[in-house]
Amino acid sequence: MKSIIFKTSAKYLLPVLMLFSVFMLLRGHYLPGGGFVGGLMAALAFILHSFAFGLEETKKMIVVHPGLLMPIGLFFALMAGIAPWVFQEPFMTGLWYGEPLRMVGMVGTALLFDIGVYFVVIGSVLTVMFSIREII
Amino acid sequence: MLLAVLSGFIFALLVPLLSKFALRAIPSLLSAVPILLFLYFISQLSSIREGQFLLEKISWIPQLGINLSFRLDGLSMLFSLMITGIGALVFVYTSYYLKGHPYLDRFYGYLSMFMASMLGVVLSDNLITLFIFWELTSISSFFLIGFNNEEESSRKSAMVALGITGFGGLVMLAGFVWIGSAAGTYSLTELMTQPEVLTGNSGYVWILVLVFIGAFTKSAQFPFHFWLPGAMKAPTPVSTYLHSATMVKAGVFLLARFTPILGNTPEWNWTLTIVGAITMTYAAIHALFRTDLKSILAFSTISALGILVFLIGLGTEEALLGAGLFILTHALYKAALFLITGIIDHETGSRDVSRIAGLQHKMMPVAVAGYIAALSSAGVPFFLGFLSKEVMYEAVFHLPQAALILTILAVLTKICLLVAGFWAGIKPFTGKITAVSENAKLPSPRLWVPTIILGALSVSFGIFPALIEKSLILPVLSSMMVGPIDSYLALWHGFNWVLLLSVLTLLIGTAIYFSWRPSEVKFEKTLRFESFAPEQIIKGLGRSSQVFAKRWTAFFQNGYLRNYVITILIFLSVLVAYRLFSGVYLYLDWNQISEITPSEIIVVFLMVISIFFVILSKTRTAVIVSLGVIGFANCLFFLYYSAPDLAMTQFSIDTLTVLLFMLVLFKLPPNKTFSSKRIRLRDSFISLVFGALIAILTLEVFEEPTMKEVSEYYADNAYILAKGRNVVNVILVDYRGFDTMVETVVLVIAAIGVFSLMHLNLNPFKKD
Repeated sequence: MKSIIFKTSAKYLLPVLMLFSVFMLLRGHYLPGGGFVGGLMAALAFILHSFAFGLEETKKMIVVHPGLLMPIGLFFALMAGIAPWVFQEPFMTGLWYGEPLRMVGMVGTALLFDIGVYFVVIGSVLTVMFSIREII
Repeated sequence: MLLAVLSGFIFALLVPLLSKFALRAIPSLLSAVPILLFLYFISQLSSIREGQFLLEKISWIPQLGINLSFRLDGLSMLFSLMITGIGALVFVYTSYYLKGHPYLDRFYGYLSMFMASMLGVVLSDNLITLFIFWELTSISSFFLIGFNNEEESSRKSAMVALGITGFGGLVMLAGFVWIGSAAGTYSLTELMTQPEVLTGNSGYVWILVLVFIGAFTKSAQFPFHFWLPGAMKAPTPVSTYLHSATMVKAGVFLLARFTPILGNTPEWNWTLTIVGAITMTYAAIHALFRTDLKSILAFSTISALGILVFLIGLGTEEALLGAGLFILTHALYKAALFLITGIIDHETGSRDVSRIAGLQHKMMPVAVAGYIAALSSAGVPFFLGFLSKEVMYEAVFHLPQAALILTILAVLTKICLLVAGFWAGIKPFTGKITAVSENAKLPSPRLWVPTIILGALSVSFGIFPALIEKSLILPVLSSMMVGPIDSYLALWHGFNWVLLLSVLTLLIGTAIYFSWRPSEVKFEKTLRFESFAPEQIIKGLGRSSQVFAKRWTAFFQNGYLRNYVITILIFLSVLVAYRLFSGVYLYLDWNQISEITPSEIIVVFLMVISIFFVILSKTRTAVIVSLGVIGFANCLFFLYYSAPDLAMTQFSIDTLTVLLFMLVLFKLPPNKTFSSKRIRLRDSFISLVFGALIAILTLEVFEEPTMKEVSEYYADNAYILAKGRNVVNVILVDYRGFDTMVETVVLVIAAIGVFSLMHLNLNPFKKD
């Protein structure tokens, strides 16, 4: 994986793919996309980077262990679930705020939930891939 | 009431958070909980007078009829007072008994968890919550029996107890669900108003069988009784609390609870009478062949539980009165006897009744408590036991059917129980001091004061039955739907047959006590009958199911992935083939199939070529890349047929899979042919058959009429209800959001699993 073409393209692909994954995540409620696909895309971006520059380099870039994203994601999802309790509504009732935004659509607990899914997917995919690479 | 039930759980949760420094404070801190709860229930006594009851309801899952609803009536009051009262004594007792034990905090945690679950059982008005608390008592009992977890016998007994009671609980759940679907409600209060719905139901007998199995396993009825003597491996406070006074009575409680709902039918009455009669006699006779004090008490407890089931089975007013009274009597004297046994064990280091004697010279207060408990269990006048024995004899003697044989059995049981009680409460204290009891001395008041309190209650209730009659015992009867009966408890009923039976019991029992000495030899004689005891039969069943499971696993799940795949494929092929060729008329309408475009032909062509590559290629890399090509070609199909979401996901997943394979396969040795030609032929045959069947199945699907209701509902309502236009995503995050949430948790668990497997260092000397 020492090809200079691969390295250079990976360097520029990372931010583009990340942007694309966020784009996927946000448009999910209206158009094809969503937290799961978005999360997979983001994870792929990092994996691509690690193939080009080596695992250590990628880890250094992320700073924290990617596994940390899993509890964060679960927390977001849980918050989206219990937020309606504040308004005396049952668990996971959708709450909506304001007017629809461009591209994103209505902002509400569903989006928060999807963000949670996004983080969990990135965290778990990277954890699996990184730990397999570390050991093997 | 919710708080009363939950407080035990809350404290159990808090215990591990306390630092080691605060450990010393735990006993006194936690003992306050049952004491406060006891006072709370005492203060509620006035609200259950004359058949009234308190009902409290908090919605939990109202759609399924499952609610946190609690009902405090006479029956649950009696049990709640016992649970919290004896609980308080046991908590205090333990603080000295297990002083300095390194896991004292855990012990108190389990104990308060148990107390809370038990309160939940007796207070629940909802069958499903009752079941949940019921299983929680089994689980906390498992931890408490196995508390000395470094001993193998402790662990084994804990497993047996959990196996038997857990199994019974599950069977009982089936019964509850049946009741719920037959009567349309899980609420006990509602069920009590319409018992005819269940007793007239066609599945009534099955409901009875299922509920009975739950009650019999928990209350150690024949033939499920054998887990209880094993459970005596637990520390003595646990035996006192769980395995004599409270938990084992949960089954009896359940039967009493269901008396107004399922009772008063011949099936109910006769099953309970017969099972109860067998248990009480069988266990009472067994008790006389033991020498270990705890064993004696265990069997006499089983016998007492048998008496209770028997009395509930008789179902007459007097019998139910006797049951209510005996629940209290037995709890008071048996708890005292167990605590005393614990003191003896603590002070002398032995529980062998044939070797301990003369302790009254060393510990007078304990001896007094022992005498009181033994006399109460014997049913001597002026003790509470006398009243309950009188009522019981009265009930049996005046039966319309089979009175003679049942009376004989009852008297026989009572005689044996009297001897067992004397052995546990009198024999260790009288006579000359033996070598074992030489060094004993009076322990801390924290150990013996609880026994004195129990004894004092036995005596005062025995002399002044009016203390409990109106406030405690009669409400128990009215919660079993027995009409108001006249004041009945009295010391003197005049000369009659029942009194004669009482005197006879006392005389014969005392005579046996003086002539029959407990000894090892007698115990060994009973071992001959072990091979056909229910214990051996059920344990044998357990062993053979283990052997079966082992063989089954070795055959179907032997760890080779190829085996798993072949098993699944063959099974599915047989199933699909059978269905396709037996019932479905194969028919294909070529006109219905849409036109095939050139691009599709190209993609299919690509797939076919890649499949050949996968099979024939010599290098692993080529195989993986070809597999990836198949996956991407699949994505194209998803795109052609307008499923962009699926295509995207499939695309990312396929990329990931190829990368993962690449990572792992680089490290494997070169690709070689390991399998013989025959095996390859077999595999190719199976896969061809499977593929052909799936192809036929897919084509047939077109012929079936499609149900579009669900998908149309989603499509129509996605924007209105969930403000989204992408139906797939709306289903994921809204309609079925709960599923997604659990799935993310599964994903996390899988990731943690991979992480820990990869970082697991099985060889501690090899550092990587």
